[in-house]
Amino acid sequence: MLKKRIIPCLDIQNGRTVKGVNFVGIRDAGDPIDLAKRYVLEGADELVFLDITATIENRDTLVSLVERIAREIDIPFTVGGGINSVEDVSRIITAGADKVSVNSSAVRRPELIREIADEFGSQCVTVAIDTQKSKEGWKVFTHGGRKETKLMTIDWAKKAEELGAGEILLTSMNNDGTKEGFALEITEKVSDRVNLPVIASGGAGFEKDFEILFKTTKATAGLAASIFHNNEIHIQDLKKYLKTKQIPVRCR
Amino acid sequence: MIAIIKYNAGNTCSVQNALKRLGYETLITDDEEELQNAEKVIFPGVGEASTAMSYLKERGIDQVILNLKQPVLGICLGLQLMCEHSEEGDVACLGIFKNNVCKFPNTEIVPHMGWNNFEEVKGTLFKGIEVNNDVYFVHNYYADLSDETTGVCNYITPFSAALEKDNFYATQFHPEKSADIGEKILKNFLDL
Repeated sequence: MLKKRIIPCLDIQNGRTVKGVNFVGIRDAGDPIDLAKRYVLEGADELVFLDITATIENRDTLVSLVERIAREIDIPFTVGGGINSVEDVSRIITAGADKVSVNSSAVRRPELIREIADEFGSQCVTVAIDTQKSKEGWKVFTHGGRKETKLMTIDWAKKAEELGAGEILLTSMNNDGTKEGFALEITEKVSDRVNLPVIASGGAGFEKDFEILFKTTKATAGLAASIFHNNEIHIQDLKKYLKTKQIPVRCR
Repeated sequence: MIAIIKYNAGNTCSVQNALKRLGYETLITDDEEELQNAEKVIFPGVGEASTAMSYLKERGIDQVILNLKQPVLGICLGLQLMCEHSEEGDVACLGIFKNNVCKFPNTEIVPHMGWNNFEEVKGTLFKGIEVNNDVYFVHNYYADLSDETTGVCNYITPFSAALEKDNFYATQFHPEKSADIGEKILKNFLDL
């Protein structure tokens, strides 16, 4: 049976792991390689690294970090942040990442998804969607959640699938950092409407939040950051818990 | 020396890193003599089948692979290209294995992405591996079953997770990305 994936996310700034709350307020959370290795030992199924600065000056720092990660880590990992072109993807993939995640750049120019899929295969392209609920419904935000777009989340997810995305990483800005659980309503809708793997992100505070996510939606993965970084939830314990709740997970 | 076949569909550095962790030096090459002289050959790959096949044919690498006598390990697209035919681009492949490569129905969640265990394992690659061990898959197409199947995985339908025939071995999953279990499988190949 295909296992539900537990994915720690490491936000990267100038080569260090950082964590913000509700998309603002950044503080240092350690060396990415040390953390990544710890998560592999704990039984993380994949890792996501998001370069939240993503300026041109930081590109070389990021590429050499990706090379280091690839040398030391024997599970798949995704790298995102500031990826604007097939050339950017090529540098990250050549450095050893398994997938890239695109967000703002794909909203600005959706064809980018197809270009990456054509060149590297759709399994390489994760489309990250930051979403917030407004009066009109769940809408897509870009630029690290600072900029509202006209796109409705479900429509954009469908469009991303048509263009060749291999996976959707759905982050609810309403839930992010709250520890009140995942955004089940929009996760359920998106995972119902697209036939792609959906990673739910934002709001996990307790083991039970992952259980509810996997029991009530078709999400194939749950992503979190600070609860893992701060040792509030140990991945091994989380998986043991999920197993007792009959949720298929990989235990080392 | 372990050679990794260089062509246009590679995640060659992941394989190279994994082998380095196991203490093996590798050579990434498309040179006929270097491939023939290598102790073992790894044929990795991600990408599109028909594009990869025409690349291999144009450069004559297809014939080189078919004539290899040492242990050869195909990974992911590598496995699919070693089969008879692929629905991806409707292309005749190398025909080392008699299996056909088909597309998963898109009524289900595709790609098959993540960690999955086996229904059945046998043969050299799986020494010390049990059916409940999980390995990492990511693919839209799968090889059907035949008597050359040595590992069966079930996602939507039972399919070949691994194949073996004479000196040719192949895995649909990525041993280089499958943590300790993948390492064991790679070691089984390297110990041949």
